[in-house]
Amino acid sequence: MNGYNFAYLDEQTKRMIRRALLKAVAIPGHQVPFGSREMPLPYGWGTGGIQVTASVLGQDDVLKVIDQGADDTTNAVSIRRFFARTAGVRTTTHTAEATLIQTRHRIPETSLRDDQIIVYQVPQPEPLYRLESSRAETRRMHGLADYGLMHVKLYEDIARYGQVSISYDYPVMVNQRYLMSPSPIPAFDNPKMHMMPALQLFGAGREKRIYAIPPYTEVHSLDFDDHPFRTIRAPHACGLCGADNVYLDEVVTDDRGGRLFVCSDTDHCAERRAGGHVGASAMQDAAE
Amino acid sequence: MYVTVKGGEQAIDAAHAWLAEARRGDPAVPELSLAQVEQQLGRAVDRAMGEGSLYDRELAALAVKQAQGDLIEAAFLLRAYRTTLPRFAYSVPVDTTSMLVQRRISAVFKDLPGGQLLGPTYDYTHRLLDFGLAADGAPPPAPQTPPDNAAMPRVPDILGHEGLLERDGGGEGEPGDLTREPLRFPAPRDVRLQALARGDEGFLLALGYSTQRGYGGSHPFAGEIRMGEVTVEIEPPELGFAIDIGDITLTECQMVNQFKGSKKVPAQFTRGYGLVFGHSERKAMAMALVDRAMRAEELGEDVTAPAQNVEFVVYHSDNIEATGFVEHLKLPHYVDFQSELENVRRMRREAARAVEPAEAAE
Repeated sequence: MNGYNFAYLDEQTKRMIRRALLKAVAIPGHQVPFGSREMPLPYGWGTGGIQVTASVLGQDDVLKVIDQGADDTTNAVSIRRFFARTAGVRTTTHTAEATLIQTRHRIPETSLRDDQIIVYQVPQPEPLYRLESSRAETRRMHGLADYGLMHVKLYEDIARYGQVSISYDYPVMVNQRYLMSPSPIPAFDNPKMHMMPALQLFGAGREKRIYAIPPYTEVHSLDFDDHPFRTIRAPHACGLCGADNVYLDEVVTDDRGGRLFVCSDTDHCAERRAGGHVGASAMQDAAE
Repeated sequence: MYVTVKGGEQAIDAAHAWLAEARRGDPAVPELSLAQVEQQLGRAVDRAMGEGSLYDRELAALAVKQAQGDLIEAAFLLRAYRTTLPRFAYSVPVDTTSMLVQRRISAVFKDLPGGQLLGPTYDYTHRLLDFGLAADGAPPPAPQTPPDNAAMPRVPDILGHEGLLERDGGGEGEPGDLTREPLRFPAPRDVRLQALARGDEGFLLALGYSTQRGYGGSHPFAGEIRMGEVTVEIEPPELGFAIDIGDITLTECQMVNQFKGSKKVPAQFTRGYGLVFGHSERKAMAMALVDRAMRAEELGEDVTAPAQNVEFVVYHSDNIEATGFVEHLKLPHYVDFQSELENVRRMRREAARAVEPAEAAE
């Protein structure tokens, strides 16, 4: 685009961000402060992820952007267009084809490879913020690996409700050292982070923090021996492609309690349907 | 048949086209020129410059026009533009003592060297709608007085002679810049002042007001408020002396606050400081109150009120950050909501199971 550098940010800013990324990769799960820039998109809408993507994006990259697992949600469309416009890179909706995936709130169902990078948009990088609002204090707690507060919170949940009540942004321990927010992905996606072959980068623009999980790193969702971590998903199969081991969206079909459950990962669903898989709802429609 | 939603791209384009049409309004009404906005909505332009952290009246007028008068949106446009600009120099500190003053008042002295100068103020207007403005017509000319070239020392300098007022803290080394370096705590006063100068007028107003109602009070007096033009100078290293690059309008507020002293320091007055682009006394005064409140720890006072909590104030004063994060709630969150739905359903099922056997036993 005229008047702007490749991928919008100037090269000095990209260097500054890459240095923060290197430090983040070297200390898995540790939040690295960085000089987050004011982006032409609003804070809270992916400015951290966009800055990270802009800093690692090259001309040969193929970019995929998803929000809620879908490529066609408005903010995903907007961010994909931002990079198509400022960097002119190829974009795709196919997970397997992408070299770089920027995401908000989901990890694709298709397993990622070691030649791919996934960039998460992070609204609140501090996993302890609901328990301790001062960042000066949480910084000290991370330094001392003082995570008793979070264990007490999980314990109180179990004492009160019989189970941990966190269903998304479920805290993880990275490389047995740093407590980390996985970003607001559903707890269902947490296990995908563990020993993932792809590099995982996290950008929080408003809070000015970057963190990372290098490939093949241990990521453990916090739990207790007698109350192991459980994932949550709607107990159905996708109405369109029949997949019964994926995360589902609940679509309201009428005002009489009618519901249709479909894959949240739209690319995964489309590929399965192209491969001949048919869900119950699609079968019914075909019969009609 | 359920079809997955497509067409986000066309929807976005159509929405933007509609927005442009709505912004223009009825084409039968003449379009606003930037000069009109800059000249006739000057306070709006000032606020956009202050919170947008960019002194450029013409660009600010464009931002106000583009944002349909939404000043936070206008400040956002300026910020996003500002961040792309190369920084070729830092100015030397501006000297407000040599300000070309349009307005200067002190609430702590009846008269003082240089005098009290009301200037273009709303202060003593009666807030009656002026229907004359609804019709066209030039205002009657304002009376002219020859400029008085008397020196106008700043009130803190007048008070400083007797040691009644603390000295200006010089700060150590180069001032910080939170647009380049991430905020860290404890945040030094220079960084706090920078955050306040860029901060939201409404937020600072409410916080400043809260200190007056007992939430971290510090007995403020408006030592001096002055507004006018100052010269901005830079000192290019290859020249070795300062050169004038232009004038900007600033509003400065020196708040003087009671302080009973401590074991080390005898009783003296302390300061709160406010400085903003353009003409904006409300913001400068609120800033000075909050600046002083945030010095509580440094001055050995109890930190009990929101305005004294540095992390609270500095993290929440930026309206561009705040509006982005509040408004991001309108982005889709259905994946997390689905997780919560299933979670609540599971908890209700388990609660029902726990109740059933108890009822059966009765």
